[in-house]
Amino acid sequence: MRKMLLAALSRVLQGPAAAARPGAVSEVSRVVVASRNYADFTSEATFDIKKCDLHRLEEGPPVTAVLTREEGLHYYRTMQTIRRMELKSDQLYKQKIIRGFCHLYDGQEACCVGLEAAIKPTDHLITAYRAHGYAYTRGTSVREILAELTGRKGGCAKGKGGSMHMYAQNFYGGNGIVGAQVPLGAGIALACKYFGKDEICLTLYGDGAANQGQIFETYNMAALWKLPCIFICENNRYGMGTSVERAAASTDYYKRGDYIPGIRVDGMDILCVREATKFAAEHCRSGKGPMLMELQTYRYHGHSMSDPGISYRTREEIQEVRSKSDPITLLKDRMVNNSLSSVEELKEIDVEVRKEIEEAAQFATTDPEPPLEELGNHIYKNEPPFEVRGPSQWIKYKSVG
Amino acid sequence: MTVRDALNQALDEELERDEKVFLLGEEVAQYDGAYKISRGLWKKYGDKRIIDTPISEMGFTGIAVGAAMAGLRPICEFMTFNFSMQAIDQVINSAGKTLYMSAGMVPVPVVFRGPNGASAGVGAQHSQCFAAWYGHCPGLKVVSPWSSEDAKGLLKASVRDDNPVVMLENELMYGVPFEMSEEAQSKDFLVPIGKAKIERQGTHVTLVSHSRSVGHCLEAAAVLVKEGVECEVVNLRTIRPMDVESIEASVVKTNHLITVEGGWPQFGVGAEICARIMEGPAFNYLDAPAVRLTGADVPMPYAKVLEENCLPQVKDIIFAVKKTLNI
Repeated sequence: MRKMLLAALSRVLQGPAAAARPGAVSEVSRVVVASRNYADFTSEATFDIKKCDLHRLEEGPPVTAVLTREEGLHYYRTMQTIRRMELKSDQLYKQKIIRGFCHLYDGQEACCVGLEAAIKPTDHLITAYRAHGYAYTRGTSVREILAELTGRKGGCAKGKGGSMHMYAQNFYGGNGIVGAQVPLGAGIALACKYFGKDEICLTLYGDGAANQGQIFETYNMAALWKLPCIFICENNRYGMGTSVERAAASTDYYKRGDYIPGIRVDGMDILCVREATKFAAEHCRSGKGPMLMELQTYRYHGHSMSDPGISYRTREEIQEVRSKSDPITLLKDRMVNNSLSSVEELKEIDVEVRKEIEEAAQFATTDPEPPLEELGNHIYKNEPPFEVRGPSQWIKYKSVG
Repeated sequence: MTVRDALNQALDEELERDEKVFLLGEEVAQYDGAYKISRGLWKKYGDKRIIDTPISEMGFTGIAVGAAMAGLRPICEFMTFNFSMQAIDQVINSAGKTLYMSAGMVPVPVVFRGPNGASAGVGAQHSQCFAAWYGHCPGLKVVSPWSSEDAKGLLKASVRDDNPVVMLENELMYGVPFEMSEEAQSKDFLVPIGKAKIERQGTHVTLVSHSRSVGHCLEAAAVLVKEGVECEVVNLRTIRPMDVESIEASVVKTNHLITVEGGWPQFGVGAEICARIMEGPAFNYLDAPAVRLTGADVPMPYAKVLEENCLPQVKDIIFAVKKTLNI
């Protein structure tokens, strides 16, 4: 049985350009290694997940979730890619190749990957400045993200945006002003309702932003007009250096929407995030109006690269979260213990991810900076070319949209 | 046709023309508009297209900007631009800068409109002119109509523009009637953004103005013509991008420049015009330093005599012309 399989695989892999493909042999052997174990893996498993705290809801998301092998491998790869990408960014920042603000997402991977798993590419998402993970899950390549961080022309915003201003199809950034993205998200949801295409908008903010007045103005209008908006508070316990207890009279962020139903979710468990988001998305799509989700999560890095992150929390706390609640480890253990994958298979994914990140970093450090001419562009859309003033009246740049 | 009716007609025509256009703001729907600019529109277009908002400027302005990012073409009304200060972050940081930060990926086709500047006896917090504030920011377009034609054509052009446009109207102009040319009565009548209009040809002095002050300049010109002084009156129509070329061409002809505006003097529209004239070819044609007439450098008082003297009046323009021409 295995010999036939091997032979068939060899034929398929060799294909028309076999001679020119140096990797073909090792590919075959890799597939063979996998296929040797393939028969040992199960195709799916069911897991118990934490029950969500509910606000103004009779029922919540299910307390079990089914994970297929395919899904698990995909989630693992995606989370690991984000993890390694963020760690690479840390490295590049310390080498001063990345400048300015850099807010890293490692520790919170289950949130962005879990959310994406529950929605469609045609749905919309907007978040604040801790956005690299979302830029990736919404379709931007690691290459383009890193090159944007290093300010090169191959960056997803041609080097003109930087860490906090990355955009993609149906992904509206990347926003620097704390809380400002929340009304924007409700506006996107208004457009979803207006166009009538059954799309929703996920509008994210942090525990720090949760105390912004404009968020409460937005809750009011979203509820009044039944906008298909899921408000999502990524509660990582600290708004910069201020713990939630020191910032909020009520730290039950899932209740802060008052008349808006809310759920509190274990943001370190990707299945919990996924099931909760599916539940909330269904609520919004059915025209019932907005919902609020609080994802309890944690960031390993400080607020940004300028913050060591240990003056307001202990190393012990960080270590405890890493050892007990790391989202990638949680998924890995589930998969390995339930025969959805093996340690070896996941290690192979790690190797591939590492390689991808290295190549992307290589690109991001060698790609040239944008040409000076780019300085004046993108002031106006669909405008005949005009002149933009530089630092003096004699320095002019041409501007095209 | 009054400025109010011209704006109403423009809104109606643009709502009819493009499904994606909608209006939101306080009292715009069932109240027919705080200043009746949107009269009859809610009745005609309904809740989906004409939306009454709660008193939440920062919130609903952000909602308007987000809707624009997602493909709609919102018109966001501020009851007055004084209230836009609460939402100014959304106008500048979210609307104005996003196209640039996204390297062209995310356009923001939104119009912010409402009355700007002084009214009559509304006091300091309700009388500020924001032309300089918004005119300062790259990424925004800022227009300031004077006549009914300006109002109609600029509003239509603003709605059709794919960029964030701030349209600074004037409450005292809403009730003023103007002749509308044949052309201006068409459903596709547009006034180009970024182009000034010569309201009156002249040879002795250039008067540059925007919004209500344009009328005062024309009144001053009518008085001065009796003394043999021909004023050229330039109606800026657009604050940003400013049509400096038209001003320069006029100054080259007249050799004298006076700017007139309602806003405060420091860092204002007139200050910008003077600086730009210094940098360009027209400087060498000036026979006297350029002069600015502006609002007085104080918060707007309430008492009538005080308020009147806080804005450039016709007599102030006449005085300035004579001083500049040394007559």
